[in-house]
Amino acid sequence: MQEETENIIYVRDLVKKFGNFVANDHLSFEVKKGEIFGFLGANGAGKTTTIRILCGLSSPTSGEIKVAGFDAFKETEKIKRNIGYMSQKFSLYEDLTVTENIRFYGGIYGISRKEIKVRTQILLEKLKFEEVKNTLIKDLPLGWRQKLAFSVAIFHQPKIVFLDEPTGGVDPITRRQFWEMIYEEAHNGMTIFVTTHYMDEAEYCDRISIMVEGKIAALDTPLNLMKEYETKNMEGVFLKLARNIE
Amino acid sequence: MIPIIFVMPIVQLIVLVHAATFEMKNIRMVVVDNDYSSTSKKLVEKFQRSPFFIISNRTNSYKLAEEDIKNGNAEVVISIPENFEKNLIRENKDKLQLVVNAINGTSAGLINAYSISVISEFNKELAGRNGKPAAAIISQKQINTFYSFWYNPELNFKTFMVPGILVLLVTIIGFLLSGMNVVREKEIGTIEQINVTPIKKYQFIIGKLLPFWFIALFELAFGLTVGKLLFNIPMVGSLGLVFFVASIYLIVILSMGLFVSTITNTQQQSMLISFFIMMIFILMSGLFTSIENMPSWAQTITKFNPVAYFIKIMRMVLLKGSGFAEIKTEFFSLLFFAFTMLSLAVWRYRKTS
Repeated sequence: MQEETENIIYVRDLVKKFGNFVANDHLSFEVKKGEIFGFLGANGAGKTTTIRILCGLSSPTSGEIKVAGFDAFKETEKIKRNIGYMSQKFSLYEDLTVTENIRFYGGIYGISRKEIKVRTQILLEKLKFEEVKNTLIKDLPLGWRQKLAFSVAIFHQPKIVFLDEPTGGVDPITRRQFWEMIYEEAHNGMTIFVTTHYMDEAEYCDRISIMVEGKIAALDTPLNLMKEYETKNMEGVFLKLARNIE
Repeated sequence: MIPIIFVMPIVQLIVLVHAATFEMKNIRMVVVDNDYSSTSKKLVEKFQRSPFFIISNRTNSYKLAEEDIKNGNAEVVISIPENFEKNLIRENKDKLQLVVNAINGTSAGLINAYSISVISEFNKELAGRNGKPAAAIISQKQINTFYSFWYNPELNFKTFMVPGILVLLVTIIGFLLSGMNVVREKEIGTIEQINVTPIKKYQFIIGKLLPFWFIALFELAFGLTVGKLLFNIPMVGSLGLVFFVASIYLIVILSMGLFVSTITNTQQQSMLISFFIMMIFILMSGLFTSIENMPSWAQTITKFNPVAYFIKIMRMVLLKGSGFAEIKTEFFSLLFFAFTMLSLAVWRYRKTS
């Protein structure tokens, strides 16, 4: 029973087919509560497909998938109550201001106006966004937008947050700040499920899985993986795995 | 965006109403008078005095007159035979020939109707003077046109067109805006962020529908004001009824737009489909061609055309002063469409693909 509650994401033999193309080929893994789980893979390896299934945006073909204790086939709407999601495609409304976006998404999750106001104030202070709170999103630099998008994705305090390449195209300093925000949330008990291209970021994760051609080729802590593949960094692990398959 | 939404209808209302009018003034008529009598002159004078006709040419050769029609210099030829006056007096009757250019069937019908009304008036005058009936008329290419001049006694087509054109404007604005909306969010990616929230499908659709519903209703009010100020259109019936029906009608149109938006992936696709649907709806709405003149299969199709219902209701209420009892068939049809289309839109919107 203890095990059950700890595995906030439970995936057994997840298969997703698009016609004849198998995007996810019998994936199995668990993610523990409070963990930062890195999901790596080359472009087209099937990472986004998996994330979309876990978020209830896409139906799996077969398998047993539980997210926050709910079934990914039948209980997608219940899953959605418990998760946050930030996609690689930028997802705030560009023609709304910072506070308008926060209010909008807060409202969708049914948070009361008063509560939204309080949390918005705290958030603006934390991000040092007070000066731009009435600025349209399209006038903000990309790094700022991504930080805000992350904050909006976790505004309703979900159990799990899914981040699909959250730091794509962002400068190193902002990436650093971004990961500090991720650590803080993980420390407070939120589970982080993140995909990335940056191998240095992979090393920040508690555990990582590396996907190659729709399958999970490796899954362990970064340290163990580096030991196993006898390399000094994650980049080496990644390259070895990709080559093995070829 | 806001200026486009409000300037466009004004411009269209002004341009379309003047352009799409069936009103015919200055119909060019060629007179072929082979009689040269005082009676024939009187008849021609009668045409000349009518606001609808101008005599563009007089000749005694029918061939020349026909040339005029062929070259587009005239729309109608009236041919008065020799001994017209004599026959009228002696035999109490004679024949006139009326040749109408019928390339445009609608205007030919009107020209025919106008000409006959002038001639029959002339007939009455003659009869009054002689105490006996006079000329009979034969018109070539006769089209049986019956225009009901009730409720629009001055035959003012502007008052007839404005309510219909207002329906068009509200329809186009509503359909296009809603049709582009969800698909636009698909393109920029915000839809993903919405789909990953626990929002209910009906909440999403209604949330999308309401802003356009308000815009379109405001637009209707705006258009009616412009129509009143510029064209002094009659508003015989209850405006409350007009807006009540409009609020239902807009649910039909906006739901259709949102439905199109949910089944397409790009704004181009949505535009194409919306235009296709709207073209059919508008051309078969009875605005430009009357539904009664359509073949019966086409009339059956118009039974599924909400635009036709609303145009009919608008005309009935505004021009005729119909109350709810007279429009209830059309109203309940619209209500049924609204319910169906809204359900379809909610059903078709997918949060999980």
